Amino acid sequence: MSDTAQGTGRRAWYEPDAKLKRRHAADRRLRAYGVAAIVFALTMLMTLVGTIAITAAPAVTQTMVTLNVEVPEGAVDPSDPRGGSYQKILNESVARIFPEVDTPRELRELRQLFSNGGQYALRDKVAADTSLIGRTFEITFPLSDIGDQLRKGVIDRDLPREQRRVSDEQIGWYDRLVEQDRISAPLNWGLIFNADSRFPELAGLWGALVGSFYALLICFLVSFPVGIAAAVYLEEFAPKNRFTDLIEVNINNLAAVPSIVFGLLGLAVFLNFFGMPRSAPIVGGLVLSLMTLPTIIIATRAALKAVPPSIREAAIGVGASRMQTVGHHVLPLAMPGILTGTIIGLAQALGETAPLLLIGMNAFITAAPDSMFNPSTALPTQIYIWADSPERGFTSRTSAAIIVLLGFLVCMNAIAIYMRKRFERRW
Amino acid sequence: MSVTLLFAIVLALAFAGYLLGRANASGLKAAGNSLHSIPPYHGYFVALWCGLPAFLLVLIWLAAQNTVVDRLLLAGLPSHLTEGAAPARISLMLGEIKNVAAGRIFGTPDQITIDAAARYRSLQNMASLAMVVCTLAAAVAGIAFARSRLSPDFRARNRVDGILRWLLIICSILAVLTTLGIILSLVIESLAFFSHVQVSEFLFGLSWSPQTPIRADQIASTGAFGAVPVFWGTIFISVIAMLVALPVGLFSAIYLVEYADKRVRSVVKPLLEILAGIPTIVYGFFAVLTVAPFIRDFGTSLGLSVASNSALAAGGVMGIMIIPFISSFSDDAITAVPQSMRDGAYALGATKAETIRQVLLPAALPGIVGGVLLAVSRAIGETMIVVMAAGLTATLTVNPLEGVTTVTVQIVTLLIGDTEFDSPKTLAAFGLGLVLFISTLALNILALQVVKRYRERYE
Repeated sequence: MSDTAQGTGRRAWYEPDAKLKRRHAADRRLRAYGVAAIVFALTMLMTLVGTIAITAAPAVTQTMVTLNVEVPEGAVDPSDPRGGSYQKILNESVARIFPEVDTPRELRELRQLFSNGGQYALRDKVAADTSLIGRTFEITFPLSDIGDQLRKGVIDRDLPREQRRVSDEQIGWYDRLVEQDRISAPLNWGLIFNADSRFPELAGLWGALVGSFYALLICFLVSFPVGIAAAVYLEEFAPKNRFTDLIEVNINNLAAVPSIVFGLLGLAVFLNFFGMPRSAPIVGGLVLSLMTLPTIIIATRAALKAVPPSIREAAIGVGASRMQTVGHHVLPLAMPGILTGTIIGLAQALGETAPLLLIGMNAFITAAPDSMFNPSTALPTQIYIWADSPERGFTSRTSAAIIVLLGFLVCMNAIAIYMRKRFERRW
Repeated sequence: MSVTLLFAIVLALAFAGYLLGRANASGLKAAGNSLHSIPPYHGYFVALWCGLPAFLLVLIWLAAQNTVVDRLLLAGLPSHLTEGAAPARISLMLGEIKNVAAGRIFGTPDQITIDAAARYRSLQNMASLAMVVCTLAAAVAGIAFARSRLSPDFRARNRVDGILRWLLIICSILAVLTTLGIILSLVIESLAFFSHVQVSEFLFGLSWSPQTPIRADQIASTGAFGAVPVFWGTIFISVIAMLVALPVGLFSAIYLVEYADKRVRSVVKPLLEILAGIPTIVYGFFAVLTVAPFIRDFGTSLGLSVASNSALAAGGVMGIMIIPFISSFSDDAITAVPQSMRDGAYALGATKAETIRQVLLPAALPGIVGGVLLAVSRAIGETMIVVMAAGLTATLTVNPLEGVTTVTVQIVTLLIGDTEFDSPKTLAAFGLGLVLFISTLALNILALQVVKRYRERYE
């Protein structure tokens, strides 16, 4: 039978008509939108991580200069080695390398090439070993920001002088230092182990790391026990009434309050009302613990819910009190889930910036805090300070600090994921 | 003596109390008595009575000590210095005395200050010593009291359980106290602010320039606190953020739930969630470092003038941050639609796209809307991205290439480095904070209501 093919307007049943084609096209379009959306999001993620990693790369090394220094007998008093005028001694040894530099302007430019931290490095070295007085020895210390950038190629030498931050003479002197093999570029440990400084080549994260450690310690010490206790009460003991409803609604709302509002709370209550010290990690830790509390409570309740009722019934059946049931059986079984939630909460707290700004943890502090009552910065606020600093050298250091922060976050989350995988139990 | 050491001593005493109570009970048992509770519970009872009161005492003492010492110090100053002096003057005076007491002497302080510093030091020493003595006394008294209660019939387990239960209740009340603290501190400071500036001017005024003169004779703007431009900037940046996040989040959720196979999903979903785990300060730096220059260069190449802190850069980066919120909420909502509804649509001959548009999305809408509302609340409360990437001046504009400012930016700039609490400039931050708190709270409650009321229950 061939009459189905008769007529030009007819088509076979298996050939899609225009409408069906349109419908299938719409389907493919939606699918393409989905792929495009995912590609966009992942591209942004990669751009973010990529640009920050690339900007951070120069901060991996620090340009150092090695000078032969002679500390004359009379210049430093061996009984008070920290009192000498080390800048002068350094200037003299620099002058021996560049004897032709004598005008004040040139001398100033020459000194700009060396870090201000040189005199302190020399002072510490002499103070540690007073037998160095009267001898000539080598000392290695950072070049200044401009010297560092000359080596890393951040400063374009081909630019005309007016658009460049260094003079032709400075480039010449730097090249001479390179020829004399005085320039080295070891790993930038100072980035981790120095405290903050106005000079990018000396600035490091140690103060911020210690501050963040203290703040997180306080945060953990407060929010972990209190969070577990609150969750245990609500999940295991609380009667169902308006009061416990109020607590539950409260906790859920607290989890969604913007972090800066917690900063206002800390400012008004901890600093203003209780008169706690400004910029101190203890206040930061308390504010962070109030923020972390809902996270821990919610995670703990989920973990407690996952413990089957039969465990509780068995314990009560052999005569345990409800408190014993919880303490001896339910909590230990729920602990992996609780710890996972706690670590995730602490990771959030570590990255939190806004509340710490309001309680003054963005102060400029050049020494790591001795205790949790001393002024300090924290890792994210240090990033904020550096990001705001105009010196070019801080750009790469900011990115490097972000990499350090992300590194900590990745580790914490990896531990949380590992614990969930390793200890999670299904009944 | 440091507080840490004091806590350690109290802990040690509590442990000693535990051993004492347990030994006492064991002794009673050995003497042939039948105990109501096993010996460790006797120990716990003594330890709790030893540790808890002492611990609470230290906390209260620490909270009150500075205030009390300051009061005593002020009371001891000559009356012509303190009477009628402004609070700022008094706090300056206290600061100077404390500096001198700590050995940080600038210039030559007068004799009164030096005397006061000596008195401050002795008061502080006395207070610390008194704290140690009182705490240890409380700990020992607790042990003695608890010890006197122990007997074979003593219901130690019930008592310990009761005490622990109260501790649990107190801990869960802490969440309520936090909310209460937030509301009280915001409301009190805002009331102080509204005594300087009228509420209607704040809420409806069109001009925002919070710089007030520090001295009376200074020529400066008198400060204008009309917050509408600030609110507008917040809304504007949030709208831009949602314009980025909503399509990207929704489409990626649709793709992941309905189209992607399991392997793709298991890789892409965690990757998207990484976006939610990156601290906002990192996004802020990314906006300043990469996105803002990119938008500026791109705009300039088109002949547009783009501000370096354009709303587009801040909003766009905020949108990227919010993508995972939208996608995971939508993901959950679409997944929750039962398979039978999909099967029904397919059986009628619908394509996947038609099923999604006409069956799944309507069914999942409450969940998606709830997620979007939460994301908006997140966007208006977001701080670091806008602090770093958005502007400081409040402008009423609809041009995304200009800079606008937001509530959170203003709070941070008003409060950084300024601790005087009596100027309207500082208090304005709390007014803004109150508005922020109320609006995010309203959005959250609304989101919960939407999800609760309109969610269809599929059995």
